Amino acid sequence: MRDPLNPAVVAIKPSGIRKFFDIVSEMKDAISLGVGEPDFPTPYHIREEGIYSLEKAKTHYTSNAGLMELRTEICRFLDRKYHIRYDAKNETLVTVGGSEAIDLAIRAMVCPGEEVIIPQPSYVSYEPCVILTQGVPVTIRLKEEDEFRLTAKDLREAITDKTKLLVLPFPNNPTGAILTEENLKEIAAVCVEKDIFVVSDEIYSELTYDQKHVSIASLPGMRERTIVINGFSKGHAMTGWRLGYACGPKEIIQQMTKIHQFAIMCAPTMSQYAAVDALKNGDEDVAMMRDSYDKRRRFVLHELRDMGLPTFEPFGAFYVFPNVAEFGMTSDAFATKLLEEQKVAIVPGTAFGDCGEGFLRISYAYSHEKLKLALDRLRIFVEHLREEQGKR
Amino acid sequence: MNLDMKILESLDQNAKLTAAELAIMLNEDEKAVEAEIRRMEEELVICGYPTLIDWDKTDRHQVTAMIEVRVTPQRGKGFDDIAERIYQFEEVEAVYLMSGGFDLTVMLRGSSLKSIAEFVSEKLATMDSILSTATHFVLKKYKEHGLTLVNKSEDERMLVTP
Repeated sequence: MRDPLNPAVVAIKPSGIRKFFDIVSEMKDAISLGVGEPDFPTPYHIREEGIYSLEKAKTHYTSNAGLMELRTEICRFLDRKYHIRYDAKNETLVTVGGSEAIDLAIRAMVCPGEEVIIPQPSYVSYEPCVILTQGVPVTIRLKEEDEFRLTAKDLREAITDKTKLLVLPFPNNPTGAILTEENLKEIAAVCVEKDIFVVSDEIYSELTYDQKHVSIASLPGMRERTIVINGFSKGHAMTGWRLGYACGPKEIIQQMTKIHQFAIMCAPTMSQYAAVDALKNGDEDVAMMRDSYDKRRRFVLHELRDMGLPTFEPFGAFYVFPNVAEFGMTSDAFATKLLEEQKVAIVPGTAFGDCGEGFLRISYAYSHEKLKLALDRLRIFVEHLREEQGKR
Repeated sequence: MNLDMKILESLDQNAKLTAAELAIMLNEDEKAVEAEIRRMEEELVICGYPTLIDWDKTDRHQVTAMIEVRVTPQRGKGFDDIAERIYQFEEVEAVYLMSGGFDLTVMLRGSSLKSIAEFVSEKLATMDSILSTATHFVLKKYKEHGLTLVNKSEDERMLVTP
């Protein structure tokens, strides 16, 4: 029999998260700080709207790009929050989560051999998506001393004649880093000068602390070269509904819609009805959840620093990214030993790119009690390690 | 939001938080948080820190009743005097002045139906200005203080996700 598989797919490395997940699931009583989704259930009024749509037998396909009512609300939301204006009819596409939108944007824009710049550590899907289009992923190593922000200098150095696209994953998973308007302006200037497009993954845009999120698409000269990706999973606690969206120039969105039409048809209808309610009536829920994350963020940051782990202050998403390099072991080894000895599951930074080496991603989307318990165990673990190493 | 409101909103969710923890979570000075809590305790903005207990899950048998009370208000004192006479009883958990078809809601806690019935017939109904009472027993508590008492929801998330 012939080999049934596409070697390009086989060659893609499985997600590092997956490997860790397999180890954790073997351990029944482990406390996990490894989850990349809100601990809140979807607010009830949103769930109820989904239920109502089923009662009313809204069980058919919607148009490929999504319910017009939802697209209109998405455009209102983006204008209201981030001052970016899109046409609901031609410049907005509702997708199955932000993940689909990322895939579509890369597929619609990247030709074989073209380079896509991906700052890392970052979400796990960008690189495989680029490889599947036969594009060439080019990694920029974000640095702790820059608080894991992308700098214009690093960007400029990574650009070649073949560079087509920059993936801009901020607020960032796994580091929690955000970009300020100043950073963005410098990056935008490079993009305009070098004629590079941007896929801006803003899925955590509603979860920033102390300062509001700024979309690069709101800066002069950027709207025409940016695909903004966002969705309902993080801000509105709707991960399981699988609903995201992409907004951008008509020419690009239309091609993305074409792929979406053939591959997916349309995003789930009940999710779309629920999402309309999320955008119309959800601002208060988001504010409440943000406030709650912010308290936990401060608590976790304080605890980590108090146990002597160098940790920069993250202002976005719901992650902190402490440095554990002092123990002279890989992040992977640290996380595995921590799991074995203290039954706390924390994802090694390397699951999000090689440059995550020496770091851990701690999610604080957990109750105060759980965070306290897990961090107490981490403290014991760290102190043991230091004692052991002191003896040597 | 002012410091007092921030503290109250946090304690409303979790009264176990210490001043030190609150200070970290709210990005405020610990001394200032302590002082603010003390002030609110003194001014009875914060009246106490009881624990929300589901007694049904324990060995103690306890009955809760809600009693609608109609009273004759007293000249110059309205309902306050009679309310005070009622709320001083230890069995009485809460007293509210109501709008609508009756005047006071009295929440009672007792060890049995009988003890509550006795309290109502002997203590409450016999007070001078009380015109009538209607007793409703609580059969099951589903939610209290914003918290669901039945079916504690498990964390259904996958243990590790990107």
